[in-house]
Amino acid sequence: MASLVGSRVERKEDKRFLTGKGRYTADINIANQTYAVFVRSPHARAKIKKVDVSKALKSSGVVGILTGEEIATDKIGGLIAGWAIRSEDGTEMKVPANPPLAKDVANFVGEPIAIVIADTLDEAKSASDLVKIDYKILKAVTNTAKTMSGETIHDGIDKNLCYDWLLGDREKVKEAFSKADKIIKVDLINNRLVPNAMEPRACVVDYNTASEEITLYTTSQNPHLSRLVMSAFGGVAPENKLRVVAPDVGGGFGSKINVYNEEIVCSWASKKIERPIKWVAERTESFLTDTHGRDHVTHAELAVTNDGKFLGFKNETIANLGAYARVFGTVTPTYLFGPCATGVYEIPAAYSNVKAVYTNTAPVDAYRGAGRPEATYTIERLVEKAAMELGIDRTELRMRNFPKTFPFKQTLVHTVDSGDYVAGLEKAKQMADYNNFESRRKESEAKGKLRGIGVSSYFEACGIAPSAAVMSLGCGVGLWESAEVRFNPTGQISVFTGAHSHGQSHQTTFAQIAADELGVPIENIDVVHGDTDKGTFGMGTYGSRSLTVGGIAIVNACKKIVAKGKRVAAKMLEVSEDEIEFKDGEFVALKSNKKKTIGEIAFACYVPGQRDEMKSPIPEGDEPGLIESSFFDPANFSFPAGSHICEVEIDPETGEVKVEKYTAVDDFGRIVNPMIVEGQVHGGIAQGIGQALHENTEYDETGQLITASYMDYTMPRADNFPEFNLGFTCTHATSNPLGVKGCGEAGAIASPPTVMNAVIDALGGQEISMPATAEKVWKACKNLKKSNSKAA
Amino acid sequence: MQKINLEVNGKKISKEVPDHTILSNFLRDHLNLTGTHVGCDTSQCGACVIHVDGKSIKSCSTLAVDVNNSKITTIEGLAKNGEMHPMQEAFKKMHGLQCGFCTPGMVMSAVDLLKNKKNPTDQEIRKWLEGNICRCTGYQNIVAAVKEAASKL
Ligand code: FES
Ligand code: FES
Repeated sequence: MASLVGSRVERKEDKRFLTGKGRYTADINIANQTYAVFVRSPHARAKIKKVDVSKALKSSGVVGILTGEEIATDKIGGLIAGWAIRSEDGTEMKVPANPPLAKDVANFVGEPIAIVIADTLDEAKSASDLVKIDYKILKAVTNTAKTMSGETIHDGIDKNLCYDWLLGDREKVKEAFSKADKIIKVDLINNRLVPNAMEPRACVVDYNTASEEITLYTTSQNPHLSRLVMSAFGGVAPENKLRVVAPDVGGGFGSKINVYNEEIVCSWASKKIERPIKWVAERTESFLTDTHGRDHVTHAELAVTNDGKFLGFKNETIANLGAYARVFGTVTPTYLFGPCATGVYEIPAAYSNVKAVYTNTAPVDAYRGAGRPEATYTIERLVEKAAMELGIDRTELRMRNFPKTFPFKQTLVHTVDSGDYVAGLEKAKQMADYNNFESRRKESEAKGKLRGIGVSSYFEACGIAPSAAVMSLGCGVGLWESAEVRFNPTGQISVFTGAHSHGQSHQTTFAQIAADELGVPIENIDVVHGDTDKGTFGMGTYGSRSLTVGGIAIVNACKKIVAKGKRVAAKMLEVSEDEIEFKDGEFVALKSNKKKTIGEIAFACYVPGQRDEMKSPIPEGDEPGLIESSFFDPANFSFPAGSHICEVEIDPETGEVKVEKYTAVDDFGRIVNPMIVEGQVHGGIAQGIGQALHENTEYDETGQLITASYMDYTMPRADNFPEFNLGFTCTHATSNPLGVKGCGEAGAIASPPTVMNAVIDALGGQEISMPATAEKVWKACKNLKKSNSKAA
Repeated sequence: MQKINLEVNGKKISKEVPDHTILSNFLRDHLNLTGTHVGCDTSQCGACVIHVDGKSIKSCSTLAVDVNNSKITTIEGLAKNGEMHPMQEAFKKMHGLQCGFCTPGMVMSAVDLLKNKKNPTDQEIRKWLEGNICRCTGYQNIVAAVKEAASKL
């Protein structure tokens, strides 16, 4: 039987999406449901003096209005930071309380203060306008770089500083820098982004008055984790009385990891009013309240010798957490960022120092890549600048500093199990026709255009697990993944996974894996996810972990099925177990060549007997049934890596940057479905180009979000991109039996520096910040003209 | 309140609706055709694209009463006798969708493009789809799907 792992299997999920039969949260309606609208703070920082709901309560159709007072009285807990980070001086990070409805003070525009529930959405909206809130407006703190000298936002959190974290050795770095021929320096802003999954957040809650069970349908990347947090910290309901269902979810990119205020409040409120509640975010609400990404201000330096050897690296970063610390908020700028900041290079001495600060803006958390795009941007800008200043070809300089043997003990934390960075960059150069770039530059110049080329090489630590490692770094839970494989008596198989697909295609790729392991047609397999009442437990999907952690749990559960199948087959065929071979879905007794299919075995496991014969196929010590589960906790992260090359052309008259060519060569280890992996890379690159050229999140000094709609926030469109040219190299991961590595975030990690290096090359080395909008680039082109005419 | 008469996906429909009912909400809430999605409130994302009298429009910025007496096709009406439309088939074959949220609007837009242009170039496809935002795919496989469908139609 041909292996399905490795082939371009079309997706099982597509038909329902293509025919309009997807079932997203906003598509769900429950009899007798009410509609919720949240009253939100219009101010970035304000004391809440009084909330008056009396008039609103009289408005037509209103079922109830609840505020921070009631939620405090009912002792419903707030939102949490998932990782505890310690400062360099040994003190624990400072985290403010984050109640689901603000009671005394509001800390960002959009923070919910009250929920208005009515029979129809229109009635809820009208009533919400009648809720009167008296505020005392306070001075907002919004600028990442200046936050530490601003007013204190949260009582007792001095300088608005959550932590001042250090990874690495300052003394060693000092010594390394003293031996350098040259110090390369960059000052960078990693622009704040809004993840913008196309499906706005939503929830529908159904409280069952008989069983006292709450069912929450929600737009989540990790329903079990949501249940755990809502139960353990929110106190909304015990876990056995809370069912969380994340049905079809329209993209996440990190913004749907967190448990949000609205989910807690609607769940609690539904129980109070004893009716179902539906809430769907409008796009502007999503802009205001979804967790944002990035927002770093960085100064970094690289110490080099004249012949291009890297000696030392340092990085001083201020990371904006927004108003509150959320699930991955505190780890994104530390352990997901710092260790990767030395990139794919042997650098003997390094440190990363990160100060995470609170501001009066929406909370910042994981966004595709989380920390690793910021790290890669820092080191790859430095390396490109070093190449320019040293007069060494940018690819040659990189190759000189790549590790050549694996495992590679990276400077700060990780031991990278496998890779071949030289092969990746060589292949990218060849595919991009790197060596003939200068002639293309001349062609562009002849047309009056500026052309530039940029390279970046990256590695990343993903497949977020292993539990012992992440918990030692401050994670509040273990990050394993679970799977259950249920063989039904009549031969179909349900594979339950704790991972969650919101575009990643688990229904297909996980079925490919199970089909290979069990030797059954893929049509017989259904992958089930996203419902806490169906699967046992799971940690969900983020950090490119579904396949490398969740996929392996499926492999292991399948192996247990086969192992039991062997024991049963041995008994049925009356041979010893080691005489049985399992191949292509059949258990074969090697000597007699008698066989049983896995389907027959499954049937026998459930129907273990026959008329007139007192005989069971179940061996002693085994039980009937054919269901196995596994919790997989890998020994290490997975470390995809690669090199990307971009060429841009700039029109100096308009400042418009056109991406002319984009080449990506990635090493994801063994690939389960190339079609799906390519799709992941395309999407990641597009988001990264979006960051480099188009997207920016702007708060004004009073804390108003100026870019709160698609009219003001530039989402990349189809005509912003060329066709991306993808290639792959392959070194197997050693930390899992499939040899796979994560692929979901790589594109977004590698592309921003690749594009920016190309833009800066075209601009003759002038530094320019992301996004490189037409306006900024046009100004830089003017400068270029000036300096050229001076030189002439 | 106004009474409107429509043909939706081949079925005659007659309903009383409040004057301010937006067409996308009418389809989703009154007819339970939830394949038409709403992704924004500024008429920018294209998740809500449907056909009115054969032409693609954004149903989030149209009033239900304004399309009285017209023929409407939504994503649910594109497949015929259980067979997907060649555009739907092409999206599947070329992996032109991931989370599926932008997909109904994307497919409806693309079908309209091919009505007017038999063999569009990459650039023409990208320009035409400028009003449809997809956050997942980077558009590459969507363009490939439209070309694939063009070769079949
Ligand atoms: S819903 Fe976004 S354009 Fe219609
Ligand atoms: S497939 Fe997710 S937005 Fe297009």
